[in-house]
Amino acid sequence: MVSLSHPGRLRRAPENFLDDAQVRAVQSGRRDFLRQALVAAGAAASTGALAQATGEKLILEPQPHATTLGQPVAATGYGMPSKYERNLMRRESPGLTRVSAASVAFSPLQGMFGIITASGLHFERHHQGWHDLDPSQHRLMVNGSDETLLKRPSVFTIDDLMRMPAVSRMHFIECGANTGMEWGNVAVPTVQYTHGMLSCSEFTGVRLRDVLDFCGADYRKGRYVLAEGGDGSGLTRTIPMELVESGEVLLAYGMNGEMLRPENGYPLRLVVPGVQGVSWVKWLRRIEVGDQPYGAREEVMHYIDMMPDGTHRQYTSIQECKSVITSPSGGQTLLDRGFYNITGLAWSGRGKIRRVDVSVDGGRNWRTATLQTPVLSKCLTRFSLPWVWNGEAAILQSRAVDSTGYVQPQMRQLRAVRGTRSIYHNNAIQSWKVAPGGEVSNVQI
Amino acid sequence: MCRSDVAAAVALALACTLSHAGPGTGKAPTWPGIGRPATPAEIRAWDIDVRPDFKGLPRGQGSVARGQDIWESKCASCHGVFGESNEVFTPIVGGTTRKDVQTGRVEALAKGTEAQRTTMMKLSTLSTLWDYIHRAMPWNNPRTLGVDDTYAVTAYILNLAEILPGDFVLSDRNIREVQALLPNRDGKSPRHGLWLPTGKPDVRNVACMRNCAPDVKIASSLPDHARGSHGNLADQDRNRGGLRGQVTAASATAAARGGEFAAVKELTGKAACLGCHGVDRKIVGPGFNQVSEKYRAKDNAEAYLAGKIKAGGQGIWGQVPMPPSVTISDADAALLARWILKGTPE
Ligand code: HEC
Ligand code: HEC
Repeated sequence: MVSLSHPGRLRRAPENFLDDAQVRAVQSGRRDFLRQALVAAGAAASTGALAQATGEKLILEPQPHATTLGQPVAATGYGMPSKYERNLMRRESPGLTRVSAASVAFSPLQGMFGIITASGLHFERHHQGWHDLDPSQHRLMVNGSDETLLKRPSVFTIDDLMRMPAVSRMHFIECGANTGMEWGNVAVPTVQYTHGMLSCSEFTGVRLRDVLDFCGADYRKGRYVLAEGGDGSGLTRTIPMELVESGEVLLAYGMNGEMLRPENGYPLRLVVPGVQGVSWVKWLRRIEVGDQPYGAREEVMHYIDMMPDGTHRQYTSIQECKSVITSPSGGQTLLDRGFYNITGLAWSGRGKIRRVDVSVDGGRNWRTATLQTPVLSKCLTRFSLPWVWNGEAAILQSRAVDSTGYVQPQMRQLRAVRGTRSIYHNNAIQSWKVAPGGEVSNVQI
Repeated sequence: MCRSDVAAAVALALACTLSHAGPGTGKAPTWPGIGRPATPAEIRAWDIDVRPDFKGLPRGQGSVARGQDIWESKCASCHGVFGESNEVFTPIVGGTTRKDVQTGRVEALAKGTEAQRTTMMKLSTLSTLWDYIHRAMPWNNPRTLGVDDTYAVTAYILNLAEILPGDFVLSDRNIREVQALLPNRDGKSPRHGLWLPTGKPDVRNVACMRNCAPDVKIASSLPDHARGSHGNLADQDRNRGGLRGQVTAASATAAARGGEFAAVKELTGKAACLGCHGVDRKIVGPGFNQVSEKYRAKDNAEAYLAGKIKAGGQGIWGQVPMPPSVTISDADAALLARWILKGTPE
């Protein structure tokens, strides 16, 4: 039982879920229902033996975990999340793809804190399923599209790569198709499905530039690099040499302090900060230096941006500045009026986040949110803004500005240039409508 | 960063050449004991990419007729006899016209009348189709198609799209001429600022702070049917703090709790069974409900089906073959067979 002495801050305990009737009560705008339910329960109790109840049972009485012996160390050699956290999982969007081995699993952004994605919740996108490769059997080949472009074509083992000087860097990875279902109109209910092809990790590996130096690449002629995966799809993407030269592109084996997860390319993937996820080739087996782009399947038939005149922009790669409020967000219900911490994520493929503004009135007025440190280049940045909900309808939006001064666009500005038939690179401002009943839903302005 | 188009080129170009470890500048890191030379045979084995200028294309040839045989035995089960199927992936062929072959632009895309974008409508470089089929198809058995067979099946796809005549033989010698026939060869544009971080954005918003949008109207809301389209949202949220996930469907947590068939989802996912079988409808293979009906009452049904799941087969449900599933263990095959026979319980 909950103390009633502070009725403005009533919270439901100890269960997690509202039952259907309670949810209907919230949805119908009866936000005081909890208070009433508890008053009724209190009245019933006061007539019984517990008339003089002075507090919550779980405080007044010792609980089993405090009166018994717990589990020993190393009971699970690799620790797992609490069983109470099972709701937060990677999930497919039904109907988006036809077969799950060429599909996407979205990260549950609605439940994530800070900026780092737990490795087990990193989004997944495979074209021909994933494998758990034996690292001792994996090789990386580096060659030129002919002998003039690279002096010393080489083969490296994972042992070789792990002997080289390594760096660790925190970066976001976003699929070019993230938010792609929303180009035409609102299509999916929660931030997991609108924005969940987004993750952020600390990656560890070798600078590709160092390896190309080692192999004697000709940077004057070789302005392109082809990266090729070792899975059945043998996925290929062209990387501009400018990015390699910047030193940011990594041959990564580490992710968040351990090796990459198999779903994320174990034992080797390319990390191309700021660029869409498809270029971060997984199970990386080959790097080729060339003097022309490669016209790969994922550059000619997919990851192309269809324009209103029916042409396709090819090689669109940079993930432009974008942000989204993750809490409160679509598919959630605000339990009561009162204080809420609006929070979300912002990122830019062109650099750092400089500022995030938040609106609760559909973009009429904006307030600048607090950015939490660290604020890193091509990395997620967490923002937050305190908000007292007065129980009236509201529309929540966030708008990020990056270090180049670029301001995250409105959906209609993007559509004015790119139309509505595109799939990729939708970085529009996201709107969440809060109904007077507390129900939050996905809308577009 | 060194760009050849930069002004004041002389000084800068000099700086660039010096700062770059081009061949012979000796700037390579010294890492004795690391790596080894790739052998020519190894490079041949892995360097299979084919570029738009056809660099990398191996010599060979294949006829439309041979391509039809390959298509029907190795590709049609997933992509449809005419490349039209929407079951496993979007259609390969369709939506292009003879006129497009002449103009080099797919008219349906320009007009916005396309129902769906097929592969052929998007394809601007023939190397892409050849390279992709050669490296990745058949989807469940990649790298099994030889060079000549890749020419043949590519020719057949182009024949299905009415680009090549039925007696055509595609080869490394005439592929450039065929490139000049692709319906969407001129439908691509490299003009945009999304290739490099320094590129120019194509939209410009301003960070207005007060009285920015006097008239806020909701243009699109989540349709009612889509509220529940992703399962029960209350099961997908942490449900703590001031927020709870909305109850949009019956709770699935009870069903997901496991039991005998807990491993089935992963198995069918791995082996892509559901790409070819619906649980309650035929796709290219029979619906699992049909399989269950046919064998449920039979002796040894489980062992029989487990064997078939591993070995594949043909002729029982039609002429389309089921490929063998080499990666599935005996125990897993038996579990799948049991699951199918019991009517694919959750
Ligand atoms: C078991 C099912 C299956 C078989 C058999 C199969 N494919 Fe595919 N094919 C797929 C899937 C699934 C994709 C999409 C993969 C992805 O999303 O990355 C695909 C993609 C393709 C594409 C690219 C389409 C595009 O627009 O991106 C082509 C071309 C293709 N297949 C040709 C073939 C050919 C030729 C064969 C026979 C040699 C074949 N396929 C056999 C399932 C199959
Ligand atoms: C490339 C498409 C394809 C894939 C992938 C596939 N099947 Fe099949 N399957 C078929 C076809 C086609 C048939 C019908 C074969 C026939 O007529 O004999 C079939 C038949 C079957 C049968 C009935 C066999 C019989 O003798 O009646 C079972 C059971 C079955 N499949 C299970 C599975 C399972 C389990 C998987 C995943 C491990 C799977 N299939 C993957 C295409 C496929």
